Amino acid sequence: MSFFNFAWSILPSLLDGLQVTLILTAVGIVIGTFLGTLLALGKIYGNKPVSWFCRGYIELFRGTPLLVQLFILYYGFPAWGLRLSPIMAAIIGLGLNSGAYSAEYLRGAIQSIGGGQMTAARSMGLTKSKSILYVVLPQAFRLVIPSWSNELIYLLKYTSLAYIINAPELMGHAKIIGAETFRYFEVFAVVAIIYLVIVIFLTQILDFVEKFTRIPGFETR
Amino acid sequence: MTSFIENLNFGWSILPALLNGTVITLELTFFSLLLGFGIGLPLGIGQVYGGNIVSRAISVYERVVRSIPLLVILMLVFYGLPSVGLNLPAFLAAVIGIGVRSSAYQSQIFRGAIQSIKSGQLLAARSVGMTRMQAIRDITIPQALRRAIPPWTNEFTIVLKDTPLAYALGVVELLRKGRYIIYSTFKPMVVFITAALIYFVLTRAGNSLLDYVNERLKIPGYESGRGMR
Repeated sequence: MSFFNFAWSILPSLLDGLQVTLILTAVGIVIGTFLGTLLALGKIYGNKPVSWFCRGYIELFRGTPLLVQLFILYYGFPAWGLRLSPIMAAIIGLGLNSGAYSAEYLRGAIQSIGGGQMTAARSMGLTKSKSILYVVLPQAFRLVIPSWSNELIYLLKYTSLAYIINAPELMGHAKIIGAETFRYFEVFAVVAIIYLVIVIFLTQILDFVEKFTRIPGFETR
Repeated sequence: MTSFIENLNFGWSILPALLNGTVITLELTFFSLLLGFGIGLPLGIGQVYGGNIVSRAISVYERVVRSIPLLVILMLVFYGLPSVGLNLPAFLAAVIGIGVRSSAYQSQIFRGAIQSIKSGQLLAARSVGMTRMQAIRDITIPQALRRAIPPWTNEFTIVLKDTPLAYALGVVELLRKGRYIIYSTFKPMVVFITAALIYFVLTRAGNSLLDYVNERLKIPGYESGRGMR
């Protein structure tokens, strides 16, 4: 079979895997963003123990490889009685890891917003939590969009690691097809093209979102 | 259920066994970074000074390599190349895969560093009689390399944390060594956590070392790119 015929024939199986990949990415980024926000706020505005915990968490999850974290979840926890399915382990691992990175991006965004905002909000009578929620965070979220887009793309690429813990995502299907047909190069070339297309597509959309939410003159602080 | 102290002792006792894996991990990191540097620096220079066509070609290369997951690159090199006749040992395939990926990122690091050197430098060098090549090689590049150290430190950390992917190719680096130990001792949590701590220590140590190098090579008043005031 020619390359194109082969590529066409394996597409259905690959698309099944792609579905899982996209789900892992979507759930991962949602968990990561939520967790990241909590961690960033805890690190900047929390009291000593909370701030210390957030710092430790971020350093730990950013300082160790994602694959090791996935292994701990998938191969390690059964020894303590908690058996996770590959997809659950992948979701938890990707979410926890992404949370640490998102926290750092958000922290950078919050800190680049002048402290004057916080002071002004407090002087108007807003409580600390209200000032964070209604004044600082909305601005920070707007500033963090480029980094967040970056994190989303990274997450999409890192879902491929779930293959190593037996999750049925894109890489997993590709490997199976390769093992059955021995046409490894072509299978992985198709997979590479699929990732390429999705990443370029996603980047275009995120660039548009960035331009759409940009306030001229706002970034130059 | 073994006690915490027993687990601590166990973790300590397997450190020598994990050491072999750690050495392989460090070798992977070193050679991948080297390959990435060897390809990335010329690409960065080419992107800034190479003219329109070269610059665009490098952009495409960088874009493509950055969009593909590292695991796919590794699989292509290790499992895919044999289909077209090229059989590579696992370690070499891992170094090439991680190195090529790193070269794309490093090319951007060096491109940014070179572009941050004011063009006045090049002008001044030319006006003293240097050719363009001489000016780039003796004036711009040394300064750019200095500026590139902080982002390069980041790249070092990233490459170090990418090496466990070589596990998928069968390379016996730290993570796979850990797995082998688990097969005979059945204590996955302790082993993995110990391995994670080793990665953590390596990351910190490497960062500290590179920060020290950065400090020593820094020129006071110059690092912000604004020159002496």
